Amino acid sequence: MSRFRRTVRHYLPALIVAVAGIGLWEGLIRALQVRSFFLPAPTAIMTALFENWDTGRQIFPAAQTTLYEAAGGLVIGTVLGVAVAFLVGRFATVRDAILPLAIAVNAIPIVAFAPLANNWFGTLSPYSKMAIAGALVFFPIMINVLRGLTQVDAASLELMRSYAASDRTVLAKVRIPNALPFFLTGLKVGTTLALIGAVVGEYFGGLNVALGRVVVESASALAFEVTWAAILVTAVTGIAMYLLVAGVERLAIPWHPSVRGEQIV
Amino acid sequence: MSGPMTGPMTGGTAVVRLDGVGKTFQLADGSSTVALSGIDLSIGRGEFVSLIGPSGCGKSTLLRLIGDLTHPSTGSVTVNGKSATQARLGRDYGMVFQAPVLFEWRTVEDNVKLPLELSGMERAERSSRADEMLALVDLVDFARHHPYQLSGGMQQRVAIARALAFAPDILLMDEPFGALDEMTRERMNSEVLRIWEQTGITVVFVTHSIPEAVFLSSRVVVMSPRPGRITRVVDIDLPRPRGFDTRENRRYFELVTEVREALRGSDLSSASDGRLEAEGTIG
Repeated sequence: MSRFRRTVRHYLPALIVAVAGIGLWEGLIRALQVRSFFLPAPTAIMTALFENWDTGRQIFPAAQTTLYEAAGGLVIGTVLGVAVAFLVGRFATVRDAILPLAIAVNAIPIVAFAPLANNWFGTLSPYSKMAIAGALVFFPIMINVLRGLTQVDAASLELMRSYAASDRTVLAKVRIPNALPFFLTGLKVGTTLALIGAVVGEYFGGLNVALGRVVVESASALAFEVTWAAILVTAVTGIAMYLLVAGVERLAIPWHPSVRGEQIV
Repeated sequence: MSGPMTGPMTGGTAVVRLDGVGKTFQLADGSSTVALSGIDLSIGRGEFVSLIGPSGCGKSTLLRLIGDLTHPSTGSVTVNGKSATQARLGRDYGMVFQAPVLFEWRTVEDNVKLPLELSGMERAERSSRADEMLALVDLVDFARHHPYQLSGGMQQRVAIARALAFAPDILLMDEPFGALDEMTRERMNSEVLRIWEQTGITVVFVTHSIPEAVFLSSRVVVMSPRPGRITRVVDIDLPRPRGFDTRENRRYFELVTEVREALRGSDLSSASDGRLEAEGTIG
């Protein structure tokens, strides 16, 4: 009960601001008679959302498609990022060969490759979107895990040395647990990037039942209420993915300063 | 318990033996610094030996040489008749550093179990041994806590329990209470003495504090900087067991004065060179 009340008290100010903001938005749109191509009223957006939920523009099935692509990209980018981080962390020669390249590649705006990815993996295929999402996710995961594996307290390593621990034991008992909070930080960043990658990939073509396509096509049909509804659903999807990872983080590293005794957001 | 007797153990088998040990660090700018030179020291079984001296005198480096965390440039380090490296691989050492160096992802209990896991002890035996060690440092009620939930003094007690968990031959302590306030430090000193008396372990203890060195030790090794060397060894003949009364004993003050004068004689005028100890860390 007290915990419930604490939670309510924690989120209440944000909730009040959100409701007041939406109310103000609605009021101003009506009072000033703003045109819908500039900014539709919240009620108009909600109406468009319900009318296009699973008929019309099919926003709900579209969200499922986009979520599938983003989640697939997140998994691909995470697996590759973790694997490369272990290789780079383990072998100095690999580090010298890969790390400067990885940093250079990261400076390229990867979303610019979206049309090419459509060519490579098929415009209608979800894999072209997963490729873009995965490429975006890869870098923060790789760099964060690498940091976690290598930025280990020197005294911890000395302690392990005094126990005559092997490199493998140090990896299992010190480096990997040390990398876990870094990994989860990378994963939280990755959820947002994966969704961006999937939606931007869709902008450049794909099946119509996908959030990026709904945004592009409704905007070109001047159905801006639908565009906004699709953006709203994209945002909610992103927040849900983020909260899922943040929840996993609380369970996985309850001892970490970023988690202990704190609310998720 | 066959605890150590009053005064230094002389003539017994040497647990640690240093012969003509020197250590020179190559600095990044190409120059080199002599951290230690001509160190001869023999430490007997069950002794409590403190190394004291100003910053830069190489006392931490000396401890690290004994523990095989760094290697001598000249001379030899012998531990239980073996090389320091063999002794380390044989897990003869328990180490306590200035920071507790606890793993924050492990509970107090699991931190104490760490060295036992590494030595391949059975799960059930690990648990009972960890309980025993936590009882020794009076932290049984905190077994399931995480390190961040403990005070600095309690964390250092966990580190001591961990160091003693696999019953090492030698306990190496590098300014373990340097970060604690005076009251906590005195309590920890009594705690360490009690543990030493119960276990009969050989202790090598690095400290900046003269009262701490005198209160704890059977011998105090006074060192001086540039190059780091031993200038004096003071036998501490205070009766044991030592406790609150010891610190008000006249002989205690005499010995504190003796150590202080030995330190003054060891060239405090030259400013300390912090690089020496920093150079000693292994990345």
